[in-house]
Amino acid sequence: MKKVFERPKSLKDTPSHFCPGCHSGLIHRLVAEAIDYFKIQERTIGVASVGCSVFLYNYLDVDVIEAPHGRAPAVCTGIKRVRKQNIVFTIQGDGDLAAIGTSEIIHTANRGENITVIFINNAVYGMTGGQMAPTTLLGQRTTTSPYGRDVQQEGYPVRMVELLSGLEGSAFIARAAVNKPANLMKAKKLIRRAFEMQINNMGFSMVEVLSACPTNWGLKPLEANRRVEEEMIPCFPLGVFKEKIQGSEDSRG
Amino acid sequence: MLKKVFIKGNEAIARAAVDAGCRYYFGYPITPQSDIPEYLSKVLPKLGGEFIQAESEIASINMLMGASAAGARSMTSSSGPGISLKQEGLSYMAGSELPGVVVNVARCGPGLGGIAPSQAEYFQATKGGGHGDYRLIVLAPESGQEMYDLTFKAFDLADKYRNPAMILADGMLGQMKEPVLLQPPRKMDLPDKDWVLSGAKGRPQNIIKSLYLGDKELERHTWQLWEKYQRMKKEDVMFEAREIKDARLIIAAFGSCARIAKSTLRQARAEGLKVGLIRPITLFPFPEEIFRQASIDTKMFLTIEMNTGQMVEDVRLSVSPGTVVYFYGRPPGAGSLPSPDEILREIKKVYEPSSE
Repeated sequence: MKKVFERPKSLKDTPSHFCPGCHSGLIHRLVAEAIDYFKIQERTIGVASVGCSVFLYNYLDVDVIEAPHGRAPAVCTGIKRVRKQNIVFTIQGDGDLAAIGTSEIIHTANRGENITVIFINNAVYGMTGGQMAPTTLLGQRTTTSPYGRDVQQEGYPVRMVELLSGLEGSAFIARAAVNKPANLMKAKKLIRRAFEMQINNMGFSMVEVLSACPTNWGLKPLEANRRVEEEMIPCFPLGVFKEKIQGSEDSRG
Repeated sequence: MLKKVFIKGNEAIARAAVDAGCRYYFGYPITPQSDIPEYLSKVLPKLGGEFIQAESEIASINMLMGASAAGARSMTSSSGPGISLKQEGLSYMAGSELPGVVVNVARCGPGLGGIAPSQAEYFQATKGGGHGDYRLIVLAPESGQEMYDLTFKAFDLADKYRNPAMILADGMLGQMKEPVLLQPPRKMDLPDKDWVLSGAKGRPQNIIKSLYLGDKELERHTWQLWEKYQRMKKEDVMFEAREIKDARLIIAAFGSCARIAKSTLRQARAEGLKVGLIRPITLFPFPEEIFRQASIDTKMFLTIEMNTGQMVEDVRLSVSPGTVVYFYGRPPGAGSLPSPDEILREIKKVYEPSSE
């Protein structure tokens, strides 16, 4: 009988600490599938960021280091410059990447560091208990925007994909979602493509994945999936925003 | 081949790093240490290494953390305000047990302060600096030659203990040109780096982390770090003692201040004053034992610092009961360098001829 579904080799067989309905587990799996697809498990180094994403080493069976809050792209840079043959990636959340680590992500992308960033955007600080994030939607209630995010007070949600696409060092920048099977299949391709970019020495690659946080949104998992569709995607449109072509003038590959 | 060259202290540090096998440097411009990144930006790429001028001090210490985790000898350097920004990364490196060398060519604070030589970062360097219960290995050179020798040593000690090591110098030592013999000291026997992130090929995954949430896990980890610091105190204390055997008064000073106090020592002895000097070279581990021993007979100490009193606390904690520890300090800033005559005057204020 043909086996049609199994756990990726680089994904550990372990209970998850993620809340029911959280998309992080799906995204970890997609990363593991990409690692297996390219057969790079033995040369991949992961950098864990701060937040729900910190336990990367519990899920992916690769070498891992924990970075300080927001600094994962700088830590990735140090590793990659020493070990150019290794595949270096990080999974960062929105507080980590788009607030405290804004400087690091921008300059890492601008230098065209040959690393891969998976950016989980769930519009909220998950691990600290649901505070407002830089990507919190207008009107969205959080524990620190109890009356809803107000433009006058807190400004607009930050669109990191659009921001980083404008930098010449960026090789591949895309946004995906995993709230329904069709989106998940697209996300899988984009994450795979991001790793492929690094394997081909093309420079900085990042995929933002819109993610549900039912616990901190105060929604049931299915309702949270609907919110991704109805509220997040209109604010954070999906697609490929930047893709350097191998062999082209602006490519290093 | 041995080579004696006439170079700035900053260049001596940069050259020592290269001779010690450091091929990765991450930094950010700040006076008075910019000669270090300038030199290494020329040299490292030619040696197959990497030089990155980072977007911030924060990024540079985290790049250092990554390079160190990848197994490479690597360094960053800065001065006062920049070293403050690196404290987060230093705390993570100490907690994650990662080696690495950080150079502080100190300038004045608090705030923007000034660019004159300062010793006001003694507390920050030796007592933790960042969050959590940890220590750095802190080496305090007093000359161009020691800028070279101790930088080399810092790489060895960092690797020996899997702990960040700091060179605590200042603008005077960094900018002054002196003859330096470029003779790499003998390298220590160092443990294999089996913890390095290189890809989990033919072995289980390596994890480098500082988060310990399990019951009593963090306490256990912190005691392990503590044991390492105790081992440093046993095995790697360095100091210089001059004319302390018959001394009635012993000067305690480190770095530039000790250099100045050595002139005072000569003057004092020429005038018949029985003065000695203890110069801690490792500020952590602090040379507690020599202070304890020396103060069994010598009951008068005078600590001289370019600050309002920091190392003096460690001197007071180290000396035997019944010892009086005086302090003379000049807060750092333009025109605030103490002179040998000035120190001699301070000695004479407390020194009385022996009654024998």
